[in-house]
Formats: sequence, C-alpha cells, structure tokens
Amino acid sequence: MFTSFMVNAWLIGSIVAVVAGIVGFFVVMRSSAFAAHAIPNGAFAGAAGANLVGINPLVGLGVFSLAAALGIATLSRRGRADAVTALALVMMLALGAAFLSQSTEYEPAIFSLLFGEILGVSTGQLWPVIALGAVCVVAVGVLYRPLLLTSIAPEIAAARGLRPERLEIIFLVVLACATTMTVPVVGALLIFTLMIGPPAAARCFSDRAPVAMGLSVLIGLLTIWGALACAYVTNWPVGFYVGSYSAAWFVIGRLFRAWRRAQGSRRARSGDLARENVLAGA
Amino acid sequence: MRYLFEPGFFSSGPVHVAVTVGAVSALVSAFVGVFTVMRGQSFAGHALTDVATTGGSGAFFFNFSPLLGFLGAGVLGAGAMDLVGVERLRGRDIATGVVLGFATGLAALFLYLDATKNATTGVSQQILFGSIFTLNSSTIPLVVGMSVITLGVLALIYRPLLLSSISPDLAGARGIRVRLVGVLFMLTLAVAVGLSSIAIGSVLSTALLIGPAATALRVTKNLRAALVVAPILGVVATWLGVVLAYDSFYWFPSSQGLPVSFFIVTLIFLGYLVSGLPALRRRTSSPVATAPAREFKGVPV
Repeated sequence: MFTSFMVNAWLIGSIVAVVAGIVGFFVVMRSSAFAAHAIPNGAFAGAAGANLVGINPLVGLGVFSLAAALGIATLSRRGRADAVTALALVMMLALGAAFLSQSTEYEPAIFSLLFGEILGVSTGQLWPVIALGAVCVVAVGVLYRPLLLTSIAPEIAAARGLRPERLEIIFLVVLACATTMTVPVVGALLIFTLMIGPPAAARCFSDRAPVAMGLSVLIGLLTIWGALACAYVTNWPVGFYVGSYSAAWFVIGRLFRAWRRAQGSRRARSGDLARENVLAGA
Repeated sequence: MRYLFEPGFFSSGPVHVAVTVGAVSALVSAFVGVFTVMRGQSFAGHALTDVATTGGSGAFFFNFSPLLGFLGAGVLGAGAMDLVGVERLRGRDIATGVVLGFATGLAALFLYLDATKNATTGVSQQILFGSIFTLNSSTIPLVVGMSVITLGVLALIYRPLLLSSISPDLAGARGIRVRLVGVLFMLTLAVAVGLSSIAIGSVLSTALLIGPAATALRVTKNLRAALVVAPILGVVATWLGVVLAYDSFYWFPSSQGLPVSFFIVTLIFLGYLVSGLPALRRRTSSPVATAPAREFKGVPV
C-alpha cells in the first residue's frame, strides 16, 4: 500500500484534499456548485485541444478554465447565472468533442482526464500541483474575510464598499486555478466531488466558519485516504470511493444536524434560548 | 441550395433519423427547458443528464435495457435531489452537487467494469457526446412516445406549475401543493433529460434544454411567447447543425467531419449571445424572469 508509486498518490491526494476542502468551503458557502462542476468539466476540453496542437495539456487546461471562469462571471451579470453556466459548460464540451474528432486521442486518455489517474502520478507532476495549490490557499487566505462577508451578508458587504461582482470573478479565477492543477491527476469529476461533499458535510457539523473549514479539510483528507486504501485493495477506480464516501459524509452530516436541531427545539421549549445559527442558510 | 446541401443529404438514412429524433428531442427539451430556466433549476437539469449516464453505463454492465437504466437512474436521481434539498433554493444547489458527485463516482465504477468485462473502447466518449448520426431508426417510436407522455404531464400541471414557479407562497395560499408539483416537475425533467441524453448525448441534451429556453426568455415578453419561441429555436439549431455537420465531411481534405453536437451547441450559444444585444432584449423585465437568477447568485430576494 505504500510502495513507490503509491507514495506519490498519497501525497498528491492529500494536497488535493486540502486545497479542495478550503476552496470548496467557499463553493458551498456561495452556492457555486454548478460553476465548480462546469469549470473542471469544460477545462477537460482544453486538454484535448492542447493535445491536438501538440502543446502541454496544462496550458490548455489553464486557458480553458480561465476562459470559463471569466466567461461565466461576465455573462451572468446580464443573464441568469445558472443558465449561463450551463451554456458555457456545453460550449466547452462541444469544442472538446470537435478537438477529439480531429485528433487520434486514444480512449483511455479521455477516461483518465475525466476520472483521473491518481495512481500513476510521477514525481515531476507533483511540483505544478504544489505550486498552484499554494497559490489557491494563499488567495483564499487573503480574501477570507471579504469572501465570507459577501457570502453570508451581501447587503452588509455592499454597505462596507465591497464589490460582490469583482469578488465573484476573483473567486472563480481561484476555482479555475484549483482546477488546472488537479484535473490531470485526479480528473475533472473527482475534483468536483471533493469540492462539494466534504465542505457540505462539514457545514452540517459546525456553524462557525473557521471550524467548518477545518472540518472540511479533515473530512476531505479522510475521504481521499479511505478511497486510496480501498482502491488499492479492490483495484476499483478511486473516483467511485471518493464519490461514495463524500455522499456518506454528507448524509451523516445531515443526520447530525437534524438530531441537534431536535435537541435544540426541546431545549428551546424548556425555556432556553435556541442558539442563533451564525451560518443561517446552511 | 446546392451549396448548402452537399450531395446525398436527402437520401441518407442516418440523416433522416438524426433530423427526426433531433427535432423531437429539441422540441420536448425546449418546453421543459423554459420551466427549468424559469425555476432556476438549470444545474439539476444538467446534473440529471450525468445521472442518467450513470444509469446507462450501469445497464450496460448488468445487461438490461439501456433505456431502463437511463430513465431509472434519472428518476432516482431526481428523487434524491428533491429529498435532500427542497427547503430553499440555495440548499438545492448543494443537494444537486452531492447527488451528482455520487452518481459520477458510480459512473466511474461502471465504466471501469464495462471496460474490463467487454474490453470495449469508446464507451465513455459515446455516452458523453453521443452521436446523432449513429442512432438506430428503431428508437424513433420510443422517443416519440415518451415525448408525448412528457408533454402530456407538462400540460396537465401547467397552471399550478406556473404559479408555484412564480410565487410559491401565493400558490400555497391558493391550495396548490407546491411540493407535489415540484416533485412532478422534477420527474418530468428526469424523463425528458434521460430520453434526450440517450438519443443525442449528455452534452447536447443540456444544450437543448437550457439554450433555447434561456434565449427565448430573454427576447420575449411573457412565458407563453417563450414557450413558442424556444421550441422553434431548438429545432432550427438542430436542423442547421445536422446540415453543417453533414457538409463538414467535405470541408477538410482528410474528410474527417466535425461532430454534429459541436455545430448545434455552437449555434445555440451564438443565439444566446446575440439575444443579449441591447436591441433584441425586451424592454420590460418581469419578476418571473429575474427572481430565480437573483436567488441563485446568493442574494436573498
């Protein structure tokens, strides 16, 4: 389980889980799940395009995820954000289909871009992931307070002079950055799952933002570690375990919250004040 | 005409099937799409295509009818999304994401098992992008039949659906069971999307669901007009796309054509962009059109 090729998988899985946990926390807070799905899936088309013209797939991924982020942010100012996201996604996938039809890309290459090839990560692939991951974490750290404020209380944020549209663009660019680094190693679908499941579960456990963010990273790590171990033993795809464990954590989180609310209402009836949820709207 | 239609266009069997199935899918998708876009459920609409895909790959593995897999998974997925996050619009987004994440995980497993079991290649690409030109003509009656049922259900719940989409509170006060209407609509959406993704692929299915509807809602003044304009846009884009894709076989010396989904999606996308030009936008903005968009952006309405 800890043979040489697995060491890289453990390392890269952990890095991805940490970045996804931190960025994903804001994806959930801001309800940007669709964008978090659209950017990696669309970016996959960029890799196909880069392959066709014979450049580094990372460049194609970067260009496409940035284009997606900026396109979604710009177009949704004048239209419905979710419809615009859907259209941007299908447009990029259609471009991907066009690229694939012109190239001689072999089927497994497509499969690995969608579902990842985490078990075959070389040491050389580690560095771009670490670098871009660090950029994402630093960016979220710097923007932590304004991001949180515009997510929870847009009116207060606007009153304080923050500009939600500009923050949305910056956040989507961070999302694009996280996507670029992770798609080649964990696949477009897996990164989305890691950005939604663990943070959504974490928010059920705690109403306090820093705690929820920490929990989100922790749950993400447990998910990816468990998935890697199971995938190693059973030889089934890592993506299957990540998807199942994320969903399971979310179900546990929801049950926990339902149980605590039942307790809270009992206490409220007996005279105590029900604790005000800081993250109302969870 | 000779320059538009390359030789053999009208006598080609696959073209006949593509034109028929494409038009039917475009029509149904556009009708369902208008409500989907209006209710702010584009994400669910897209996610259901992926969930249906999981069903398709599962059916392939367990050796039962792919159609059953597509529809079954779609209905299950819609039920799960509804179960987890109906309370409020924002929670629904996350619920959709979690269900989608789980479904794609399952799809990864099924595709892996399919590949090891049958040593077939091209499955994931086929499922994702589909191909309107490789359809079997025997699917036509099935697609048409299911489409009629979908439209029938939609017509049946038209008024309560409309009211509960615009104002759930008002609908509730009038005795409409908003939750039930919502579930019925999700099921209709699941069937429509599952059907069109088996026929034309997951990508094209989303494009035909959201694109024409979003464009129509932008250029028309009311919902009824949008319900007329959206299907027209969808069918026109589909047919033009089929023609262009057929012609594209003659464009390159390698006679390697471009996929039909590429043309249809590009036409739909361009249509949406053009509809955003100031001259074409309708003057009055109704609350119908703006409410879901504002809620989606996370701004409490």
